[in-house]
Parts: sequence; structure tokens; C-alpha cells
Amino acid sequence: MLSLSVNGKKYQVDVPVDTPLLWVIRDNIGLTGTKYGCGKALCGACTVHVDGLAVRSCVTPVSAVVGKEIVTIEGLSHNLEHPVQQAWIAEDVPQCGYCQPGQIMMATALLAANPKPSDADIDQAMSGNLCRCGTYQRIRKAIHRAADTMAAGAR
Amino acid sequence: MKKDTFRHFVGKLAYTSAALALAGLALSATPENDRSLRSIWTGCSAAWAASGADQAASAAAFAKASQVLQHPRCLNCHPVGDRPLVGDKSQPHPMHVERGPSGLGKNGLFCHTCHQEKNLQGKDLPPGAPEWQLPPADMPMVFEKKTPRQLCEQLKDPAQNGSRSPSQVVDHVRDAPLVLWGWHPGEGRTPVPMPHEEFVSLMSEWAKKGAACP
Repeated sequence: MLSLSVNGKKYQVDVPVDTPLLWVIRDNIGLTGTKYGCGKALCGACTVHVDGLAVRSCVTPVSAVVGKEIVTIEGLSHNLEHPVQQAWIAEDVPQCGYCQPGQIMMATALLAANPKPSDADIDQAMSGNLCRCGTYQRIRKAIHRAADTMAAGAR
Repeated sequence: MKKDTFRHFVGKLAYTSAALALAGLALSATPENDRSLRSIWTGCSAAWAASGADQAASAAAFAKASQVLQHPRCLNCHPVGDRPLVGDKSQPHPMHVERGPSGLGKNGLFCHTCHQEKNLQGKDLPPGAPEWQLPPADMPMVFEKKTPRQLCEQLKDPAQNGSRSPSQVVDHVRDAPLVLWGWHPGEGRTPVPMPHEEFVSLMSEWAKKGAACP
């Protein structure tokens, strides 16, 4: 039995230790906001935070996150009030929406590491998150918007 | 003058010249000079202790061992520039992964975003080992496009190798999990062909016989 902390709540899960975190989150805990896209860390749809850092949950064995703080898209805020989520809404980013939880989680991690990213920084950091609908331009704009909001809030 | 005697004389002359250079550096002490001092001292101490025959054997051992350093399993994480390489063809890492100041990645896209502490079962999955990363930006330890001599000079220079003596370099290649990964890289990647024991033996010979460069 493994003890996990997800979005501030404790869960006990009975799974093999090498089970990818993605499936524990979706199937055992029931949080389906995190998506399966490839299972090989090639698309970024499965991105969550572990101790504040972005990880691809499809290749992360659950044993690696015991004792760590896991945050999924559901746990980013209580009511969509996170600046990145607000920026995504303001810029009307999603089309089909499938990749967007991973995009938002990665964008949040980018802004934690670099509060004022350039276009090149955004392109570099977000290159591992694929969008088949091609919303990249809006993603970039939303990240800039969120960066400005967070900088203004910090002053 | 016999060959060995001549070599001994040249070695003494080189050592004396280096000693004078050391004295000059010591009189104008700066952090840069301090690193130069250590580098010169390490090299000269080894050279002074080794005979001509030993130095030749040392250089030959390194030349052979350098094949390992140039193999994709090692070279891919010791690239020119800030993009790691992947695969047996050493192509740029996808997802625009970059070294970053610490060698752990940048802008939130870190090595550990995808790479675990061990290989995963199956093809085309990210490889893994403890402390998966590149060398830091201020000490990149580049293997790509280097000659065996350049590799050697870099590896024995404490200013470029993480302040290691030649014997500590041997410890690193013998014990470091990330180095050992090169012989167990997971499905779809060719392991280093030279057995690890042979590689360590060659590097040990290089270090013990004067850390001479080919």
C-alpha cells in the first residue's frame, strides 16, 4: 500500500510500485483532468507538478513520488483563479482542449522558473507540449499575459 | 646522450621551467592563477614521477580509453553547445531541451521532467539513471569534436573536471552511476562496446603512469 499526497489530500493506493503515476491519478484516485496522449513523455499531455516541478506522469513510476507533493490540474486553484488559468480564459486558448491541462501545468512551471520569459524562452520550455489544434500562438500570448499579471500582483 | 637520459633531462628542464612559472603565479595570486597553479602542479607532479616509458604507456592507454568517451552513450551528454544529443546517431534532443546554468535544464523543462532514476521497460522511453543531467554551463566537459589529446588535457585539468586529480577521475569513471549507465542504456541504445572493466583498467594505467596525453 502506497501513501500519496495529491492536491493536499492523502490517498492510500494498492498498486504495483512501477505503475505510472498517470494511471494512479486517473484510475485509482479518480482525477481525470490529467490526460494520456502518448505514454512515452513525447507529448506533455500528462504533465503534473511534483514538489513544484513539472513531470510527465506517464513515465513517472508511482514509487518515485511517495512522500512528495503532487499537484494536478484540478489542484492548481479552487475556482480557476490561478493567473495562468485566467489568462487561458481571457485569450480563449483551448480548441478541443485535450492538451490544455498539460499546457497549463507546464506554463505554470515555466513561470515559476522564469517569471518574465521571452518568446524564445516560451518556445523552448513549451516544446514538449504538443497541440494538434495548433493553439501555440494563443498559448504564448496567454503565458505573457499571466507573467504580467503575476508581476503586477507581486509589486 | 642516451635516449632515456635525454628524456629525463628534458623532463627536469620542463619541471624547472614550470616551477619558475609557479613561483611567478604565486607572487600574483588571483583565483584564476590559483586554478592555473593547481593545474600546473598536478600535471608536473605526475610528469616528474613518471619515466619516459611510463609516460608513453600512459598516453597510449588514454588514446585507447578515449574511444569510450567518444561513443554516443558518453558523448551525447557531453556535447558542444547547450543541446544534449540522443540516440546512436547523436541527434539533437527533441523538445528543445537545453542545458541551463546547472546542467539540469532550464525554464521549468528540467531533465527530471521526463528522466527517472532508472531505465523504463520498453522502446523509445526516456532512459534513466541517478543524477541524470549534463555538466553545468561553467564546466561543460565537452567530448564532442575533441581529439584524444584535447580530451586528455581537459580531463586532467582540475579547473575543467570538477577539481579532480587523475586518480579521482578514475574513481568517477569506475563508480558514478551515470557513467555506469553507458553499459546498461536500455532498449534501443547500443551499450559502450569496450567492457567497463577494461575502460577502468586503461584509465587507471593512464593515471598511475603520469596522466600523459597522446
